[in-house]
Amino acid sequence: MSELLTGQPGERRLFLGNEAIARGALEAGVALAACYPGTPSSEIGDRLYEVSRTGRLVFEYSTNEKVALEVAAGASAAGWRALASMKHVGVNVAADALMTLAYVGVKGGLVLVSADDPSLFSSQNEQDNRLYARFAGIPMLEPESPQEAKDMTLAAFVLSEELGLPVMLRTTTRVNHTRGVVTLGELASPPPPGRFLKDPFSLVMVPAVARQAHARLLVKLEQARARAEASPFNRLEGTGPLGVVASGVAAAYVADALLELGLKDKVTFLRLGFTHPLPEELIARFLSRVERVLVVEELEPYLEDSLKAIAQCRGLTLPIRGKGAGLFSRLYEFHPALVRRVLADVCQVDYGAPAPLPPAAELLGRPLPERPPILCPGCPHRAMYYAVKIALRDLGVEGIFPTDIGCYTLGLLPPLAMADYLICMGSSITTACGLSRASGQKVVAFIGDSTFFHGGLPGLANAVHNRHDLLLVILDNGTTAMTGHQPHPGVTLTPPDYPGQPVDLAAVVRALGVEQFWRVNPLKYKDTLAATKEAVQKDGVRVLLAQAPCPLYVARLKGKRPTARFQITGECGECRHCLDYLGCPAMHVREGEGRRQLLIDPELCAGCAFCVQLCDHIRPVKAK
Amino acid sequence: MTGVGGQGTLLASRVLGEAALAAGFTPLLSETHGMAQRGGVVTSTVILGDLKSPIISPGEADLVLAFEALEALRALEYCHARTLMLANTAVIPPYPVAVGQVSYPEVSAMLAVVARQVGGLLAFDAGALAREAGSPLAVNMVLLGALAATDTLPVSAADLQQVIRDKTNPRFVNANLSAFEMGAAAAREPAHWLRRPAA
Repeated sequence: MSELLTGQPGERRLFLGNEAIARGALEAGVALAACYPGTPSSEIGDRLYEVSRTGRLVFEYSTNEKVALEVAAGASAAGWRALASMKHVGVNVAADALMTLAYVGVKGGLVLVSADDPSLFSSQNEQDNRLYARFAGIPMLEPESPQEAKDMTLAAFVLSEELGLPVMLRTTTRVNHTRGVVTLGELASPPPPGRFLKDPFSLVMVPAVARQAHARLLVKLEQARARAEASPFNRLEGTGPLGVVASGVAAAYVADALLELGLKDKVTFLRLGFTHPLPEELIARFLSRVERVLVVEELEPYLEDSLKAIAQCRGLTLPIRGKGAGLFSRLYEFHPALVRRVLADVCQVDYGAPAPLPPAAELLGRPLPERPPILCPGCPHRAMYYAVKIALRDLGVEGIFPTDIGCYTLGLLPPLAMADYLICMGSSITTACGLSRASGQKVVAFIGDSTFFHGGLPGLANAVHNRHDLLLVILDNGTTAMTGHQPHPGVTLTPPDYPGQPVDLAAVVRALGVEQFWRVNPLKYKDTLAATKEAVQKDGVRVLLAQAPCPLYVARLKGKRPTARFQITGECGECRHCLDYLGCPAMHVREGEGRRQLLIDPELCAGCAFCVQLCDHIRPVKAK
Repeated sequence: MTGVGGQGTLLASRVLGEAALAAGFTPLLSETHGMAQRGGVVTSTVILGDLKSPIISPGEADLVLAFEALEALRALEYCHARTLMLANTAVIPPYPVAVGQVSYPEVSAMLAVVARQVGGLLAFDAGALAREAGSPLAVNMVLLGALAATDTLPVSAADLQQVIRDKTNPRFVNANLSAFEMGAAAAREPAHWLRRPAA
């Protein structure tokens, strides 16, 4: 049974922020949840999927974030409490729905979880999605800890239902991936079936209806503001001439810094958790009590700008500062010492940190080797990249490689170096269209199977319709590998009892009008190379579907690794071909006695049998 | 706790966190997920005490468990002059080293650098002990056992062992527990202390 369903109310458990959100949703009686996985949001969906197998709620891995939000919106319109979770950039995909859903409103509580990623641990940008709450006009809660993540999820459902608006729970990596103590509440019973009540002149957003709906949204926002004024998530602590304002995990850093610097009773601290719409009266009271204000928030000056606007309206001229030289940056996540140092500077107290140690490289007298992330041993993406590299080399053609988002983006690094351009999910196909049209160069685009369904379908239809010239390689490993092996519509590897109906990826490609189509197993080198050469030399839209399952997931599902292993037999001479073209992490070089010997680590070798097809010195051996 | 993707730093921090919770503390852990896990550096932090910040700033870790020799040196960034470090001396060559682009620094030279800077350094081959215990992946359990034996935490060896029994894969519990014991024994071996903490 899922851990989320065990334990008595009042019990203290160590939950990941994302697990706390899932638990909060279950305590709120969420009836439907939908997500597209993405770091740092993925565990919310994964835990709710596990729970859904007990029949307590309906869960789906949706094709993309827009789909997830719209599925949740439909369930909410039928009276169910619904949750859609996604990473910050996923909200961009869902934004078309979000902006107008705020007009349409909701019936059952609808919570949108946005998991932002300051410092870009696993993302293509570090956009601040608090601006979406203001942009769309929806209430927003910002937790600072797993406990608050659970409490706010519960509160968000209630708030959403009371106001008839979707509510954004805006988290960051440091909340999603912090494991902290959470006190369990009561689990809600599974909900009865919903029922949709027709009301087309409120719910069908044609211009005449939407004009009214926009006016209604502004009224609801004023009601939301009144709730923000009274919200327990917004609170004033301490008294003193310096006012400090913070939200999210930055509030945790401030609380610790005030404690450690001995400033707890010398500063007026406004912690904001209900951050859209902002509690203007509470903020005005705070501004009137202090002489100057320091705003502590990661990324954009969302609170800072709002406070300045409120102060201006009230004729207050006290200095309000946050971002700027000597203060805080708009870049990257904060950490405790950074916040403590700025607070110490502003308050002119001793910072009291231990003296920093000299950098390790300086002490060692040489740089430390980097440890870049790399495609796993046995990964079929590496084999496909290799075939394209060799095909282009043999044909004497330079290729341009628009790529996409997934494990295969790691093909960026040498020796593969198979990524030239990337914006977002699905952009491989569409940017390939523009690149080849403008440059006339040979363009080979790469996209994964999950990403293809997420954002690739319109691009491929476009490429066919507008007679573009590109070779699209679909790297189909049967799962959404990067985020933890979640299913997607084209899935071929599924968790046991997964109820989804698979959609045939090859049939979809053909149905979109692609006439030049090849299908290969990239781990079969000869056939793959021949097909790739053929495909590279043609004109027009060509699709090469490279199908081989993710070995990591196969091993996990079967609970064991393949038994075949490969070793270098004898001396392999001075050839570096496998190192310069393949980059398998199981291979390493031993230098000695004036010559170099390549070795394969039997612990790391995944037994994919690809290298054995390239080199006579490599031979299979029996694993122990 | 810092190491290489796949070494089990996450599980180690989870075990320590659960043991601390059982002992009545309010621990805070932070974890690395996603892209970096594919063979990159993985760091997790555990905070005991009544703080709210889930991460540790550079220079402010009181205790470092380094799961790999090079990562022990890299983790100096998190250390101060009184930090106690427990380091696995086993080597996992990063890719640029494996393919001969750059050399891997001498392990003894790296440990000597660390020993000069921190307040205490316990270093031994945890990988060898894990293999001896029957599970090459139990480096995390070896280091936790060594940590328990240093008696620096308000969490007892018995607390940690109970969590290992309750929360780790049943197939590996026995190997995990014997890895834990071997780590504890390694911490009692005077030769493994490259620097003794001041009393």
